[in-house]
Amino acid sequence: MHEMSIAMNIVELASAAAHDEGAQTINSIELDIGLLSGVMVESLEFCFEAASRSTPAQGAKLSINTIPGQGKCMACDIEFPVKTFTDQCPQCQRFLLNISQGKDLRIRAITIAD
Amino acid sequence: MCDSCGCVNPEEQITYKIPEGKSENPVGHVHESNSNLTGGHSHSHSHDNHSRTIQIEQDVLSKNDQIAQVNRKYFDRHSILALNLVSSPGSGKTTILEKTISSLKDLPVAVVEGDQQTLRDAERIKETGAPVIQVNTGTGCHLDAGMVHTAVEKLSLDKKSLLFIENVGNLVCPALFDLGEAHKVVIISVTEGDDKPQKYPTMFQAADICLINKIDLLPYVNFDIDRCKEYARQVNSGLTFFELSATSAQGFDIWLKWLQQRMDKLST
Repeated sequence: MHEMSIAMNIVELASAAAHDEGAQTINSIELDIGLLSGVMVESLEFCFEAASRSTPAQGAKLSINTIPGQGKCMACDIEFPVKTFTDQCPQCQRFLLNISQGKDLRIRAITIAD
Repeated sequence: MCDSCGCVNPEEQITYKIPEGKSENPVGHVHESNSNLTGGHSHSHSHDNHSRTIQIEQDVLSKNDQIAQVNRKYFDRHSILALNLVSSPGSGKTTILEKTISSLKDLPVAVVEGDQQTLRDAERIKETGAPVIQVNTGTGCHLDAGMVHTAVEKLSLDKKSLLFIENVGNLVCPALFDLGEAHKVVIISVTEGDDKPQKYPTMFQAADICLINKIDLLPYVNFDIDRCKEYARQVNSGLTFFELSATSAQGFDIWLKWLQQRMDKLST
């Protein structure tokens, strides 16, 4: 369950940023998670609860922006929305996909209590 | 906090062991700094009555990726070809390594072994005479760049050598963690389903080399190699395949030749 590692990294980054600002409590954490990132949001939320225990992030709300997948066909050069790694090019029906968006796994911002 | 349930500190759970017995190489050190790895964050923020928002804009795995870059630079500078071997448990990773090491007699090879528990794989590798270190991740389901960094510090790596990193047997989690390797090598054996690339696409997407192992068993199993490769290509059209058997040595010469050619390309 790699979501636990991911959750621990989120807690670490968020707590360090809060500490730099002199804040004790993090109210919310804004994340970008791509549909092709390999991370399950439900699992991440579950792990976050455990990972944030006794840290400034305990009880923080996870606000998740889901980033849709986008790809380019290496044969026709057209861009199209991608749901899975095995999506075919809508034009040539080939599987020559270059993923340009959707692998995102980013911490955007935190909201801290003053 | 452990990697699976949040119970205790994972740092206390991860162990690094070099199997006892005859050692070909003394334990040495890699002089590489991984300090200043944690990046800062921007201080633009908005205010309301009781709280404010701090922009961070950092990849969640940025710390891992930064250590992976340190590893990669070290490997490049010392002309070390690092391969990250990933697969389900039981695909034959360790047997492939044993066979590869014993076949590449003129090439310095070292191994980082990753498993949750036991020294078994490291002991098998030790028998080949190659320097090896076992990383036990406790409950952790993958190696990360920091573990490889520490393991490599404890191993004595020759310049112009081949480093195999055998990841924890798991076709899901190791896909997300860059270790600083030159190639991610995914291994599938013909005793598994030939549709595995479609079932576990993230790993086949992340890899660039695919070994299909145990091909000596093809007459006895319902595994269609062409279909498996087709499924894998649908996920990742750039994959390079090797079909082989680590026990019968079938197809092994082509794999060894590729390794040798890859080594020859490294700068001195």
